Amino acid sequence: MATNLSPTKNPIPEQEPNVRNKNFDEVALGYTVELALDEANRCLQCRRPQCVTGCPVNVKIPDFIKLITQQDFKGAYHKILEDSSLPAICGRVCPQENQCESKCVRGIKGEPVGIGRLERFVADWVMQNADEMPEKPERNGHRVAVVGSGPAGLACASDLAKLGYDVTVFEHLHKAGGVLAYGIPEFRLPKALVQKEIDKLTALGVTIQCDATVGKALLIDELLSNDPDVGGFEAVFIGSGAGLPVFQNIPGLNYCGVFSANEFLTRINLMKAYDERYDTPLMPISKVCVVGAGNVAMDAARCAKRLGAEVTVVYRRGEKEIPARKEEYEHAKEEDIVFKLLTNPVEILADENNWVRGIRCIEMELGEPDARGRRRPVEKPGSEFEMECDAVIMALGTSPNPLLRKATPDMEYTEKGGIVADEHGVTTKPGVFAGGDAVTGAATVIKAMGAGKEAAAAIDRYIMKK
Amino acid sequence: MPFQIVKKEQLSDNMFRVTFHAPLVARRAQPGQFLMFRVDEFGERMPITISYFDREKGDVTVIMQRVGSTTALLASMNEGDYVADVVGPLGNAAEFDNMHKVIVVGGGSGCAIAWPQAKGAFDRGCHVDIVAGFRTKGIVVLEDEMRACCKNLYMMTDDGSYGEKGFTTVKLKELLEKAKAEGEQYDTCICIGPLPMMKFVCQITKEYGVHTMVDMNCIMIDGSGMCGGCRLTVDGQRKFTCVDGPEFDGHLVDFDEAIARSKIYEKQEARVFQRRHNCTLQELADREEAARKAAKEGK
Repeated sequence: MATNLSPTKNPIPEQEPNVRNKNFDEVALGYTVELALDEANRCLQCRRPQCVTGCPVNVKIPDFIKLITQQDFKGAYHKILEDSSLPAICGRVCPQENQCESKCVRGIKGEPVGIGRLERFVADWVMQNADEMPEKPERNGHRVAVVGSGPAGLACASDLAKLGYDVTVFEHLHKAGGVLAYGIPEFRLPKALVQKEIDKLTALGVTIQCDATVGKALLIDELLSNDPDVGGFEAVFIGSGAGLPVFQNIPGLNYCGVFSANEFLTRINLMKAYDERYDTPLMPISKVCVVGAGNVAMDAARCAKRLGAEVTVVYRRGEKEIPARKEEYEHAKEEDIVFKLLTNPVEILADENNWVRGIRCIEMELGEPDARGRRRPVEKPGSEFEMECDAVIMALGTSPNPLLRKATPDMEYTEKGGIVADEHGVTTKPGVFAGGDAVTGAATVIKAMGAGKEAAAAIDRYIMKK
Repeated sequence: MPFQIVKKEQLSDNMFRVTFHAPLVARRAQPGQFLMFRVDEFGERMPITISYFDREKGDVTVIMQRVGSTTALLASMNEGDYVADVVGPLGNAAEFDNMHKVIVVGGGSGCAIAWPQAKGAFDRGCHVDIVAGFRTKGIVVLEDEMRACCKNLYMMTDDGSYGEKGFTTVKLKELLEKAKAEGEQYDTCICIGPLPMMKFVCQITKEYGVHTMVDMNCIMIDGSGMCGGCRLTVDGQRKFTCVDGPEFDGHLVDFDEAIARSKIYEKQEARVFQRRHNCTLQELADREEAARKAAKEGK
């Protein structure tokens, strides 16, 4: 088939904004075979493909796209799997516009190839038409423990299991998946899909032990010891995630109706507070103010919208500085979420019973660029105003969880509390590896997955050398 | 991975002692720590203090009052049944350093948490007095257990149906006054009970300059620091009950804020109760009371 010279990407079919903002079903419906073939033919098959360098795990993008054009979708899937563990998930939640797609030559004179959409298509097609559970590889007799079942842990466990390791994943919550389970909403990442990836891991022979809190019920040193009950692991990978929610230091943060985005999203995604059959409650909310404009803020805002609230996002910088993926921001706007940019909260207001009744904000303007080149917002004197709301959701990032740090003092941590690890995940404690948000602070699913894979290779080298 | 209920006893009209087989929780549990359980797939994650643990058997025991849907569900389960999840031990262990003369104040179900703490101090050689308050005789629990780990036990009921009539705060004030007069003031108060009781106890002990530890039971989801739902203000600082507590210096806790936050989901919880139990908590209690009466008269 000839190269498709259209300067624009094939749009991905989506639920109508005014329909989807009332349900939790997936927003993007995915390419049909026809759309996928048409889009795949936009790839120029560059001899020195830049897209690959933009991918944190260097998926062989032109190769898998070529296989799509040949209608070998299964082959394309396996080509992706050579470098990535979770294509159905990454195809949905990766910030492709800053990664692979930002490097695509088609992007110079038009829109880049829809690499993320193609990745998702391939993964979904295989899941629907040719899904098979992986076979359990022959065991090599070595045991590795993985702490946390988020993207870093899952990727690390998967790669190690494929190499023949006997892997146990320890998860504190009652459900595996980490941020994929509690954080990212159903409408962006269906939980059935996450479960499928976890089932595949189990088929590879990985044991997933939920309700097991490393740092409390089990210590890292115990896992590495000869203890007949809990020991016997030759290495430990820590992928325990980002941790504690950060709250802005303004008055009124502990009023009833103020949430961290983590709490709000966990109630909805993990505990299913929106589903009548589940016990975990959420109070009725009619006017919600979300503070922050990252991906987590977009998720919280869009969840609140689906629960029937009017939602306003307050962000202290301008539109250009919004840290959320463009797609998430666009989706949120389409769903009638109001953005008050260059606005910063100064105080949360409550009624006589400590319930949130509003938020006082101040207008900002952009001043001199800071160290990272982002223009620093400064307050406009005298511009304070009040906004009515009955819930405030703080989505301002997270700081590392002190739980493992307290229990494992003989490992080095950064000033901010993250685990010190090199690019292969090697920490300062022998036999202990780490990766993902626990090391870097809040980042992305694909980066955590990449770190998990990198650490798996390092663990293999470490154990084989012993 | 379900967890079996290996033992269940009813201690009073609405207090229950439940032992789970949960070896991972038992193996490192210490007094003062809590666990979280979820009755079934649709259940909420509920924090509750660990009362006893048996490392060898791998069992952990909690004592809980039937106050809402989840506790009523657990109360309705039997030995041999399974709950969906038990995770822990969470939070920090209670500390008993620098304690010599200790007054323990327990209120209602709080006695179930206060008792192991009293025992902890008593086992370390402290002089321990306990003031245990209950609304009425029918809900008195753990009297023998408490008596075994203190010098003096003062049983109080609001309605005078058992022990002395009156609130724990009145007795506490009397004891502090007496100790002051004798020149042997208590150095520590351990206070566990309903939030308003803890608030008033702390006001009194502050007057007398008696260091007071309280055990905060806040609404939480994950119990590992992730959600921040259990945050409270201690000495003007934001603390998370799950990772910084559950024990705090009572003189520094903002109780009014904690009381307001504890009521956030009152209405929703009543609805969940109705859905799960087909009645209200009061109706359930009345029905049981009627059954008890009928059984008595029948005999």
